Amino acid sequence: MTAPAELDLPDVDESTDEDRPWVAIVWNDPVNLMSYVTHILMELFGYSREKATALMLDVHEKGRAVVSSGTREQMEHDVSRLHGKGLWATLQQD
Amino acid sequence: MRFSRKRHGGIEAKLDRIEAGVLTSLVGDLLALLGDDDQAEQDPLAALVGMPNGPVERPSDPALARLLPDAYGDDDEEAAAEFRRYTEADLRAGKRESATVVLATLAPLLDRGGKVLLDREPQDAWLACLNDLRLVLGTRLEVTEDTEFDPGSDDPRQQALHVYGWLGWLQESLLASLDPGAR
Repeated sequence: MTAPAELDLPDVDESTDEDRPWVAIVWNDPVNLMSYVTHILMELFGYSREKATALMLDVHEKGRAVVSSGTREQMEHDVSRLHGKGLWATLQQD
Repeated sequence: MRFSRKRHGGIEAKLDRIEAGVLTSLVGDLLALLGDDDQAEQDPLAALVGMPNGPVERPSDPALARLLPDAYGDDDEEAAAEFRRYTEADLRAGKRESATVVLATLAPLLDRGGKVLLDREPQDAWLACLNDLRLVLGTRLEVTEDTEFDPGSDDPRQQALHVYGWLGWLQESLLASLDPGAR
């Protein structure tokens, strides 16, 4: 018989998981026009033309770009608005 | 037909009878694909207590699935289903609303063509609806970024690709009128 061993649990800071922000991601697709994606990012998020264009180019060249971050609820709202405009978007924890 | 900006923020386009007819028919197909409100199955108990009871499954038709995509990646199907249950009906309704605005603009032009003048609100509806039409057609035609229209090819998709290209050109001209600073 042995006494239950003290479990040597890794020192996990449980708050980190909760605190990690959520992000909304726009994915590349072969249909949406580059000018349209830029226009929508400016309209929905109030981004400057420079910022919206840079994000659009990331989507086009890297296949995806994080377009906003915040709470899960905020990102669900943003993804809904992006879907309303026909952009292919998902949210996930960063 | 192309869009151009007029004074006072209006945007004008001239359509002939055939263009108005093609667009009307495409938008009609889009509305049929989106379905109507009553089509959603209503769970009477859920409706009684005001619970959302929208669909949880991604549509099996790839074109409809592109219009109503999952909000979470493949690794979180449960969250995607839950999100869809709460939001899909509104997403469909918004797309139907834009399509209805476009149909109303086109109705007077079906006989002889003519000019349309779009104020602020119908501009947004037209932009979103043209995009939805291209998403549906592009998905059906399985276009890639390299797909090109080649009138000489015997690809049976050429006629539809021609329409797809025309819609893209139309959308570009609308965007150029909306964002004069973009060029």
